[in-house]
Amino acid sequence: MTPLLDVAELSKRFPVAASGSTLKNLRRRFTRAADEQSQVHAVDDVSFTIAKGETVGLVGESGCGKSTLVRALTRLLDPTAGSIRFSTRDLSLVPARDFAKDRDRGRIQMVFQDAGESINPRFTAFDAIADPVRRLKHLSGLALVETVDKAARQCGLPTELLGRYPHQLSGGQRARVGIARAIAVEPELLVLDEPTAALDVSVQVVILKLLARLKTELGMSYLFVSHDLSVVRLLCDRVLVMYLGKIVEAGPARAVFDYPLHPYTRALVAAVPRLDGIGLAKLRLSGEPMSPIDPDPNVCRFYGRCPRGADICRTQMPPLRRAAEGREVACHFAAGGA
Amino acid sequence: MTAVPALAVEDLSVEFRTRSGVVKALEHVSFAVGKGETLAIVGESGSGKSVTAYALMGILDPAGRITAGRAVLGGLDLISASASQLADVRGREIAMIFQNPRTALNPIRPVGRQIADVLMRHGNVPRVEAPARAVDLLRAVGITDPARRAKAYPFEMSGGMCQRVMIAIALAARPALLIADEPTTGLDVTTQAVIMDIIAELAGESGMATIFITHDLALAGQRADRVVVMHAGHVVENAATRALIARPSHPYTAELIAATPDSAASLDALASIPGSLPDLRRADLPPCRYSERCPRKVERCDAPLPRPALAEHFVACWNPL
Ligand SMILES: Nc1ncnc2c1ncn2[C@@H]1O[C@H](COP(=O)(O)OP(=O)(O)OP(=O)(O)O)[C@@H](O)[C@H]1O
Ligand SMILES: Nc1ncnc2c1ncn2[C@@H]1O[C@H](COP(=O)(O)OP(=O)(O)OP(=O)(O)O)[C@@H](O)[C@H]1O
Ligand SMILES: [Mg+2]
Ligand SMILES: [Mg+2]
Repeated sequence: MTPLLDVAELSKRFPVAASGSTLKNLRRRFTRAADEQSQVHAVDDVSFTIAKGETVGLVGESGCGKSTLVRALTRLLDPTAGSIRFSTRDLSLVPARDFAKDRDRGRIQMVFQDAGESINPRFTAFDAIADPVRRLKHLSGLALVETVDKAARQCGLPTELLGRYPHQLSGGQRARVGIARAIAVEPELLVLDEPTAALDVSVQVVILKLLARLKTELGMSYLFVSHDLSVVRLLCDRVLVMYLGKIVEAGPARAVFDYPLHPYTRALVAAVPRLDGIGLAKLRLSGEPMSPIDPDPNVCRFYGRCPRGADICRTQMPPLRRAAEGREVACHFAAGGA
Repeated sequence: MTAVPALAVEDLSVEFRTRSGVVKALEHVSFAVGKGETLAIVGESGSGKSVTAYALMGILDPAGRITAGRAVLGGLDLISASASQLADVRGREIAMIFQNPRTALNPIRPVGRQIADVLMRHGNVPRVEAPARAVDLLRAVGITDPARRAKAYPFEMSGGMCQRVMIAIALAARPALLIADEPTTGLDVTTQAVIMDIIAELAGESGMATIFITHDLALAGQRADRVVVMHAGHVVENAATRALIARPSHPYTAELIAATPDSAASLDALASIPGSLPDLRRADLPPCRYSERCPRKVERCDAPLPRPALAEHFVACWNPL
């Protein structure tokens, strides 16, 4: 079966330049860097697939490139290299600025991290949900109202709230508006960037159950970015672990969290706080991650923080290779080889 | 709890005047933190965690007013103290870490200078020594190559590094009390663990008392000595961490635990908390502000609540679990 989404060798690099800064001294520091054409390797040679109806989690350290990756997939920015095959078409060939009008635009939708900030403050909840339906499905009149009502109902938003502006809604209600506007056009892939990070546990539970229900009702696929490994474990079929622009481990969520193969995943799992307070991890990542600016392509990105750190790790970048039971890992020393 | 607490808060009440009525944001809030102890404050969004912190720091919104209560730190009541007494205490004796580090830092001043400013203002450090001491502090919070990083601007650092700088600033004057309002929200768990370690280490070394505000009960469970659970401006339960999580007494505490993803084997086993916080502008708020959501409500719940005495395990409930 061909996957719904097939991402191959995707990279995104940002030139290090002095954009927008008005401060003289800042500009001076940056012009130098720009002359040398330094680049931030935000996403580096990333490949993965998402099957129809599959929920895939994406986790990793702050700044490792998760948001950049999903923004490239949802065509909010242009990748530097690689392909984004969606159904049968390579979307990376469509420039980001043309994608808003593209025929496949409605098939991929995104829910942003801060629901409050991503909704136009001058739009009522109704307008916020109606906007993509109008633009992408070209509906109007009664058909539009019915579509908006249906999406709101699916997200548990009472109709009487639809006339309200964002500042008149609670955080949880705003999060639901963000999800309702994304599902109103019935996408096949929903990309969520930390949709519950700002919510308290009570609202979070409601949103997670809503996502699980919508998945069965509408048969959608999800790419779910989160810092909360307990949530990813509950919601996702598979998980991708990123470290400094690269996928270092992938596999079934439970297996990866129960028996992590990559040393970074091990540190990540060990750091998850637990209610019972058991196992306050002694395993800590020391030091800062390697700089993402012009990293050496032959050195493992985790070198320097990795407890193992052998000679081969700084002369040869470990590729993502297949391990047992549908798992993949990028480490010279990971067990579980196929 | 130690015999003489570093901070004792008693009966703290705060109101906000708004166009649509008076918001009774805090009512009779009491708790104490011992030297070297970490107290977590948990509760749903809007339960009054930040307002408690702001009231102690003396940085409430102008619409807010402290209507009652005391907060005694080292013999001084922060609530009734004069402005000049407070100016001296704040920054030196109490420091706060805000939720969003990047916006709390000055964007156009190198981070090392910002730390040096605090050292000179509150730490009695002479101008010539301040820059070197700032570098020492950056090293103490685990920043590699601190001499070079001291010259960096906030936007040149990752979220986790900005948060460490905030901690370095907060700890610059060796405060007796640290208030950390969601210090790790939005950070990944490995960075979170490192930051919480740094706070714990400094608390252990200098006997600093820490108030740690969080949504994350699992994190509180792992890091705090005691937990205060707030609901709609009331302290509903206050107990030693292990006892509170293993045997919650207040029905609301039990609901919070059941909503924490860590405790669930599957999504179905997770329970959301029925209902929502009452509107704090209402004139007819019941004595127990949880009673309208509570599955264990009995007749007695309409009587005034037991007062938050500083008991070892306090629960504001007439029908506890
Ligand atoms: N427009 C840009 N210009 C230059 N660098 C950028 C830009 N956007 C992102 N970066 C850099 O790319 C890297 C990845 O950033 P990204 O926002 O994708 O991380 P993230 O994994 O989403 O982090 P977080 O968990 O904190 O949200 C970082 O080093 C960041 O500084
Ligand atoms: N300036 C203000 N004017 C009116 N009401 C206010 C003001 N500041 C806070 N409140 C109210 O006081 C109550 C407590 O708010 P607070 O910010 O302390 O909540 P919190 O527990 O910190 O929530 P969160 O977890 O979302 O940060 C809320 O009902 C809030 O609406
Ligand atoms: Mg991000
Ligand atoms: Mg708050």
